[in-house]
Amino acid sequence: MKDNRYSLNKELAQMLKGGVIMDVTTPEQAKIAEEAGACAVMALERIPADIRAAGGVSRMSDPKMIRGIQEAVSIPVMAKVRIGHFAEAQILEAIEIDYIDESEVLSPADDIYHIDKTAFKVPFVCGAKDLGEALRRINEGASMIRTKGEPGTGDIVQAVRHMRKMNSEIRRIASLEDHELFNAAKELQVPYDLVKYVHDNKKLPVVNFAAGGVATPADAALMMQLGAEGVFVGSGIFKSGDPAKRARAIVQAVTNYNNPAILAELSTDLGEAMVGINESEIQLLMAERGK
Amino acid sequence: MYTVGVLALQGAFIEHRQMLDRLGVDSFEIRELKDIHRPMDGIIIPGGESTVIGRLLKTIGMFEPLKELIDNGLPVYGTCAGMILLAQSIDNDSRTHLATFPVSVKRNAYGRQLGSFYTDDNFAGKVIPMTYIRAPYISEVLSDDVEILAVTDGNITAARYNNQLITAFHPELDDDTSVHEYFLNMIHEHNLAISSQTYEKCV
Repeated sequence: MKDNRYSLNKELAQMLKGGVIMDVTTPEQAKIAEEAGACAVMALERIPADIRAAGGVSRMSDPKMIRGIQEAVSIPVMAKVRIGHFAEAQILEAIEIDYIDESEVLSPADDIYHIDKTAFKVPFVCGAKDLGEALRRINEGASMIRTKGEPGTGDIVQAVRHMRKMNSEIRRIASLEDHELFNAAKELQVPYDLVKYVHDNKKLPVVNFAAGGVATPADAALMMQLGAEGVFVGSGIFKSGDPAKRARAIVQAVTNYNNPAILAELSTDLGEAMVGINESEIQLLMAERGK
Repeated sequence: MYTVGVLALQGAFIEHRQMLDRLGVDSFEIRELKDIHRPMDGIIIPGGESTVIGRLLKTIGMFEPLKELIDNGLPVYGTCAGMILLAQSIDNDSRTHLATFPVSVKRNAYGRQLGSFYTDDNFAGKVIPMTYIRAPYISEVLSDDVEILAVTDGNITAARYNNQLITAFHPELDDDTSVHEYFLNMIHEHNLAISSQTYEKCV
């Protein structure tokens, strides 16, 4: 019998596949998200676009606010902690959060070490720009991976870059001879066993979602066609003109990502999208936090 | 050779297809309305989030045709969220979905993710591994024709009603193929019954 929390946590991520995880800041928004078909919500005090605008240090949300959202919805509730801030993670575990996002969106608390996620019973999702970063997070105990697309910008370019890079590196590892894997492990700075898994299975050992910059149904479909197993949407929904409608459209776009006729319907008459900032116009690249 | 449709709106549908593949059974994904009209011998509603799958069934217009197929006797197997979608009533939720299986279920009956667990227990006379992820259980049986197939810690976690099978746990996440074989046997019985009816009509 499998007997560990880690596999149960990976399996919860499997249940989220093909779904959309939405950033929400209030119980009301959480209900709108659930009603629109979110498979989970990310509870945070400010959505990334506002964190970016406000500047300063951003931290874990008030447990009271998170509890309010836990009570409002029946779907899993996730929340963010700062990179390396294991005390914030202990607090979220104490309030029985369903998933912790050790996130570059908040100000990092440690510029060297990520949280030892193997010390926790609750699951963690972490961002990764490439295969090495993903496997290092998995080795630390992450049971789900997402791209580190630039949060709060509505610009999809970085999420695309990360997903393409990840897939291309997975294909490269899969093409190696067995005896070449030891050196690949050295280059990626990760344990041999994880490289061997990727080589044998041609995939990451955990579920991989797209995150950062998704603002439209077309963005969600693009990421799914590039191999994402589901999508996080942060500022894209509640910074838009008609959040409920846009949320429903993105949910269905993730299911019917391969049908352009349906996507055309879903993209029609959605109202104002979030304004967005181009990657080249921003000062702070959050994706560079934690490697 | 049977063909099983797997509802692929959201959740762990690939795992069911892999299981069927191991058993040498053809399967296809039901993602859009036209897929539900393809010929199939049975249908699986996978684990995922019942609120999401329930909403998408309605949005896509698949709710009515799916319910009709089940009402007309197409063998159906619902895992976890699939069990909630089939249940006639849900204790802690006023919304019901297909409501074709006469049981009442409790959603997130074991609490949040920290309440998820593994166990080995009896399913239809055989001990098998069971994986419960934010799982529901059956709180009440609403018909004498419901056959109870598994009870874990005093709660009913698997049952059959005519051509419908539900489990609160996820056999598609383990190696044991017993539950899927049980479902294929239901399909087999159903097909035999249909062909004998057809035979009687002919003579």
